Amino acid sequence: MVQLASYTHVPVSACAHGMTSSTSMADLLQRVAESGDAEAFLKLFQSYAPRVKSYMIRQGADANTAEELAQETLMTVWRKAALYSGEKGSATTWIFTIARNLRIDRLRRETPWQELPDGHDEEASADPSPEELLSQKQRSARVKSALAELPADQHEVVLLSYIEGLSHSEIAERLQLPLGTVKSRMRLAYQKVREAVEDLR
Amino acid sequence: MPIIHHPDDATLMSFAAGSLGEALSAVIASHIDLCPRCAAEVRQMEHVGAALFDGLKPTGMSSLTVASLLRHDVSVKAERTETEVAGGIVPGPLTRFVGADLDQIPWKRLGIGVWHYPLPLSPGVKGDLRLLKVAPGQAMPEHGHGGAELTLLLRGSYRDEVGTFRRGDVADLDEDVEHRPVASLDEGCICLIASEEKARFRGLMARLVQPLTGF
Ligand SMILES: [Zn+2]
Repeated sequence: MVQLASYTHVPVSACAHGMTSSTSMADLLQRVAESGDAEAFLKLFQSYAPRVKSYMIRQGADANTAEELAQETLMTVWRKAALYSGEKGSATTWIFTIARNLRIDRLRRETPWQELPDGHDEEASADPSPEELLSQKQRSARVKSALAELPADQHEVVLLSYIEGLSHSEIAERLQLPLGTVKSRMRLAYQKVREAVEDLR
Repeated sequence: MPIIHHPDDATLMSFAAGSLGEALSAVIASHIDLCPRCAAEVRQMEHVGAALFDGLKPTGMSSLTVASLLRHDVSVKAERTETEVAGGIVPGPLTRFVGADLDQIPWKRLGIGVWHYPLPLSPGVKGDLRLLKVAPGQAMPEHGHGGAELTLLLRGSYRDEVGTFRRGDVADLDEDVEHRPVASLDEGCICLIASEEKARFRGLMARLVQPLTGF
């Protein structure tokens, strides 16, 4: 933490949105994990905190709470970076799961039962090979394009579930649909994602 | 015996999204502790969440500095709980409530041939989570079905219209499905049962239970 002193007055601002490069983010995360690299952390912070803030707002937090939770998400990244092993999951997935669990804990005041994917229970190496990084990058691109190609009605329920944090029955109520229809749209959406990444698994 | 009955993909997605209620999430967490197939699906579903998250339009942070951020000592929630060795009787995520041994659970009698052990949920959380032990040949007590319900078999087996459920199997039924599982004749069963709404045991069971537990 001492080495952060030189960054005391660096303002943190939002950067351009979307398409975070998973490879370079994984690299930054690795630098934080290995040497507590504050410069790498600053870049991660600038890249992710504004998006975590948006996520928390969409989940129902007011702006101040969202900002606090974004900070705390990134603090957790700083503290737990050593646990992250660059596994098959991208840095973005790891950070998403941290934000998700924090939301369950703070916004819903429930106990998160979801574990953070730390890579220890998978056959991935701590130091991902270029091939592993490539397939992470491919998978992330394919998941994104599969989502982009979903029919609007399927995309809508997926977004309500992941980003607005609604349960199936809440989605059914919001959209005035039978519960079974909500569930089948979720399943259909996931099938398309699964097909898109089948050969990478 | 391989696991045959898995949760619905839609239920797993809701879990990965963090949108499944606490009680139902406890069942899914316990299932994926026993089921590598569903653990891998949830991981994949988390990538879906990451892709949607990555596509969000950023909201500017106020003029904070990283250093002030790091000086601010935010206490981090507990690390992942220690998981019992594979093959342990109680799934890892549940051990913090009941230890590792199903035989050490201080069961409370719920009715003839039925015992339960309610598990705590966070204050104010809607829903119900409990372990249920049913004697051989005994019908499972009926819950009031209001909202989603999940059952994970932990020991023994039961049969219903859908089939036979054994350790690791999950019954993830639509709420309008009427079913009446019966515990196996040789060993009965122990299961983890969660519902989105508060459980209401019906009929005779309700009359037996309500004065005792205040359902
Ligand atoms: Zn499964």
